[in-house]
Amino acid sequence: MTKKITLNMITCRSIFQGVGMEAGKTSQKYFNACSIIEMHPEDMKKLGIWKNTNVRVSSSVGSIVVKAVEPRELLVPGLCHIPMGPWANRIVPAYTFSTGEPCFKGFDVEIEPAINEPILSAIDVVKDACGLPIK
Amino acid sequence: MTKVVKDVICPFCGTLCDDVEITVSDDNKKIISVRNACAIGAEKFNHTSLPGRVTRPRMRQPDGTFKEVSYDEAVDWTAKTLVNARKTLMYGWASTSCQAMSVGHEIAEKIGGIVDNCATVCHGSSLIAIQDVGVPSCTLGEVKNRADRVIFWGCNPAHAHPRHMSRYSIFPRGFFTVKGHKGRKIYCVDCRYTDTARCADEFIQVQQGYDYELLNAFRTAARGEVLPDTVGGVPKEKIYEIVEELKGGRFGVIFFGMGLTHTMGRNHNIDIAIALTRDMNDFTKFNIMAMRGHWNVTGSGQVLAWQYGFPYAVDLSRRTKARYQTGETTSVDLLIRNEVDACFNIATDPGAHFPIDSVVSMSKKPTVTIDPHINMSTEISDLHIPVAMVGVEVGGCAYRMDNVPIETRKVVDPPDGMLTDVELLTKINERVDELMGAK
Amino acid sequence: MSEYIIKNGHVFDPVQKIKGDKKDIAIKDGKIVEASEVSSSAKSINAKGKTIMAGAMEIHAHVAGPKVNAGRWFRPEDKIFDSHKKPGMTRIEGGKSIPTVFKTGYEYARMGYTFAMEAAMPPLYARHVHEEIHDTPIIDEAALPVFGNNWFILEYLKNREIENTAAYIAWILNQTKGYGVKIVNPGGTEAWAWGLNCLTINDPVPYFEITPAEIVTGLMEANEYLGLPHSVHIHQNDLGNPGNYKVTLDTLRLAEKVKPKNDFGRDQVMHSTHLQFHAYGGESFANIESKAKEVMDYVNSNEAITFDTGNVTLDETTTMTADGPFEHHLCSLNHLKWFNVDVELETAAGIVPYVYSPNVSVNAIQWAIGLELALYAKDPMRCFITTDHPNAGPFTRYPRVMSWLMCAKTRNERLNTFKNADKIIDRTTLAEIDREISLYELAAMTRAGPAKSLGLSKDFGGLKPGMNADIAIYNINPEKLPTKGEDYEKAFSNVAYLFKDGKICVKDGTVVDNGQKKTFWVDVKVNPNKQVRHDVVEKFLKYYSVNEGNYSVPDDYAPHQHIISLDATHA
Ligand code: SF4
Ligand SMILES: [Zn+2]
Repeated sequence: MTKKITLNMITCRSIFQGVGMEAGKTSQKYFNACSIIEMHPEDMKKLGIWKNTNVRVSSSVGSIVVKAVEPRELLVPGLCHIPMGPWANRIVPAYTFSTGEPCFKGFDVEIEPAINEPILSAIDVVKDACGLPIK
Repeated sequence: MTKVVKDVICPFCGTLCDDVEITVSDDNKKIISVRNACAIGAEKFNHTSLPGRVTRPRMRQPDGTFKEVSYDEAVDWTAKTLVNARKTLMYGWASTSCQAMSVGHEIAEKIGGIVDNCATVCHGSSLIAIQDVGVPSCTLGEVKNRADRVIFWGCNPAHAHPRHMSRYSIFPRGFFTVKGHKGRKIYCVDCRYTDTARCADEFIQVQQGYDYELLNAFRTAARGEVLPDTVGGVPKEKIYEIVEELKGGRFGVIFFGMGLTHTMGRNHNIDIAIALTRDMNDFTKFNIMAMRGHWNVTGSGQVLAWQYGFPYAVDLSRRTKARYQTGETTSVDLLIRNEVDACFNIATDPGAHFPIDSVVSMSKKPTVTIDPHINMSTEISDLHIPVAMVGVEVGGCAYRMDNVPIETRKVVDPPDGMLTDVELLTKINERVDELMGAK
Repeated sequence: MSEYIIKNGHVFDPVQKIKGDKKDIAIKDGKIVEASEVSSSAKSINAKGKTIMAGAMEIHAHVAGPKVNAGRWFRPEDKIFDSHKKPGMTRIEGGKSIPTVFKTGYEYARMGYTFAMEAAMPPLYARHVHEEIHDTPIIDEAALPVFGNNWFILEYLKNREIENTAAYIAWILNQTKGYGVKIVNPGGTEAWAWGLNCLTINDPVPYFEITPAEIVTGLMEANEYLGLPHSVHIHQNDLGNPGNYKVTLDTLRLAEKVKPKNDFGRDQVMHSTHLQFHAYGGESFANIESKAKEVMDYVNSNEAITFDTGNVTLDETTTMTADGPFEHHLCSLNHLKWFNVDVELETAAGIVPYVYSPNVSVNAIQWAIGLELALYAKDPMRCFITTDHPNAGPFTRYPRVMSWLMCAKTRNERLNTFKNADKIIDRTTLAEIDREISLYELAAMTRAGPAKSLGLSKDFGGLKPGMNADIAIYNINPEKLPTKGEDYEKAFSNVAYLFKDGKICVKDGTVVDNGQKKTFWVDVKVNPNKQVRHDVVEKFLKYYSVNEGNYSVPDDYAPHQHIISLDATHA
């Protein structure tokens, strides 16, 4: 049986995401910067994975495969981070509590190893959700 | 031969650096090098010259591929879509000029659109809070010249506003701050040990989602009242100590970001941060400022405000009156409730930055996206109209995060035959007039 | 361009001393001409039984710029019942106390105004001011940059360097497309950057070691050195506080030291704005009283002063001023939301919503003081009606203020029905005044007077042939004057016709043309000044947060400019 852990998710900007965005949303830079999840090494241990393995992250609204990496900016155990972008937004709950602002930070996600599952490209992440044909 | 353009404004983030120097080729076509900008800014300028840039409108075909169409066809399709829809969401505006916004609003007023900008998923919470309690603030030069206590709360300029710290908030020497960083005490409050925290003299690690409680504790401490042993993971001794240090400063400032606006509590987190700032003005001088993200999201709020009186989420769908009600006229809510019947995106990428449910909703409606580059929104749209890059290939007014307006500069020519936002919107406006006149 | 001839109307024009006589007014190519100069194809307008005046000129209102706009967006509630599309060539108009740019232009035009002066432009935000002016339809506009707390000025005047001060003013006017010299709470706003204030004209400004009196005097001297069309325009220290009339008189007396020097026919050296807020006696809000009489005795005696009233209109409104410390103080009194912006090297601004209630004695006393000032004014050419929009009330209430001034019955009805009428009557002298302002006096207070004070009397504020064809026609028959204040109010709210540059822009209160608004600014040539150039370069390098190269207002922000050029190169 594969292990699962529940973590608290935040989605934030990073300079690599910013640079990637300007290099182009279809660029490798953008892909590398945003199709990741940063987790505390302890949480990786709990999940039984090494760094740089793919994981499936699921929230109340959807799920996405990204690569688990060690955080560049330190996180406490229990907290995880996907840089803002299409991957993160596949799992961000849209409900706004009448503020217009969705819940980008502070929602529960379930994480399980997905070593052999591929990571979709930025465009495909969105197209896939919208039911549009993927090349 | 090359030439150097000075005092260039970087059109990426709300820091709106205006000291960039760019070397361009003699024929005004190519950017050769970029000085003074941060990594993101430099990437933005260099991106213009990348091969494979789309320079003509593209219409999606039934098989999902895109086919090039003329600007005239694109204008016609867009105008018809706008005129036929009862309620169009006209979202974005954060990366275009105020002059373009003005034309866009004229269209919106005619066709009954809802004009919203990316504050809606960024600092909308802050705007709501300011509408509730006001805000004591200042320009960034004031911070540079006077501030000796600087707090970064739930923001990470090291990543999101890379030159903010060197231009305004940590390192610069100003008139009354001749010692630069040495004369300032820097605090960083965050749930992560960010790169901004590394630059701070004091890092206060708050438990994710407990900012309201911690701010409340600061207010309590400022009044000399009793605190529990820890608040949001921070020991009370630390809180008392910091509050005394803040009171002892001459000029304090809080910069805050999406760590407050995006977490549970939303506007209430900002509300209490402002209340703390107000309280501190009883002891010393204190200001607070939102770290606005996109380089001209502030400008969109300004133009909407002087034309309709609201900073975002302006519903003109009744054509005879402007309405604004967050949760009702805000983009994400409109989309997830399926309350609009067409989408018009300009100069921002909701496809990448909206939660997926709202993106799916958008993909089911006639959608046009106006953007210099391919992005997630263009790929789910029926029509992508590329335009010149504002702040690089055409000038136009932008507002910095402290609301200071700066006219951006044209550095190089856009690719041949490419329209600017203003030109394109003006054409759409004229076509809308024709269609509506014919109705 | 089309020609018009306006026939049979009653003309009120202090410029030509016409007091309601019937006179035909002819228009050609945007100018007023002799009736004989228009051809037989001139369109004829029948103004029988109507009042004709020049287009009115607003001398002090906050209608464009950063704080006005902050007031708009941080008060969504100001639009809840006030956002409409009205008939005519108009956009949606929103906002009660701080109307949007569209509503601002239309409402001024509907009331017969053709010019408005934005009263406080922070130079760093000049581009914002001009963007809003650009979007405001019909009316001509200009803006006054603020100088009273500017570091350059404080440093030059500390050493009494008038020539440098003047050269710097000329540079700022050019950079910001500004019109003249505004002073707001001299020294006090700089002190506010440290949370302090200057409450008398002798309080030293922290660090800069200069007093408000020295700032005001120095700026007056520099203003006359340059010979600008308008004089120094001052919002004095200690605004809004009981007992402040002494500071007011101290400040006004400073005008005795300086002589006017200009080619624009202007006689004053100081324009004192919203005097109502500066004419309070008493020691606290519990015993505040009117000192309008004392203040006006002085103003009447000194021809070197013009002033505007700042009439309280008894509405809910939004106060906003570059007097940062005042707004902080006001917030501590009414506990409503508070907006503040400190602007590097230059100024600050504060905003607080405020409800002027007829049931609150202080507010009713303020109301009375504003009216007293105008009614005590001996020379209507030196007294102008304002509400310091939106501070004492929205400008859209001018018709009501006029009705209080023109109809003693209406005024006394209001006075006698205040909740604390006895107290108000006791603390003011309004009940003793029976003067009613005539249409001719009104034309002076709202047209010829402000035009002269602004140095625009050659082309504006009158109906003499050769002047600009800005003309308002009201449904008021001077031979059968209204007997009720509300009839005045109605007539002044909606012109029968408004001509702007010889074009009909409003007809029967409906906007029919958006005209071609112009931005006025003053371009002064001065001797090259190495010191000022050096200081500008240094301050931008070290202290400003923008580069000097990005400071000025680009030309296309003001597509139609009316530039007043003058040469102040002294041999
Ligand atoms: S800090 Fe922001 S504005 Fe400045 S160069 Fe970097 S991205 Fe551009
Ligand atoms: Zn004023």
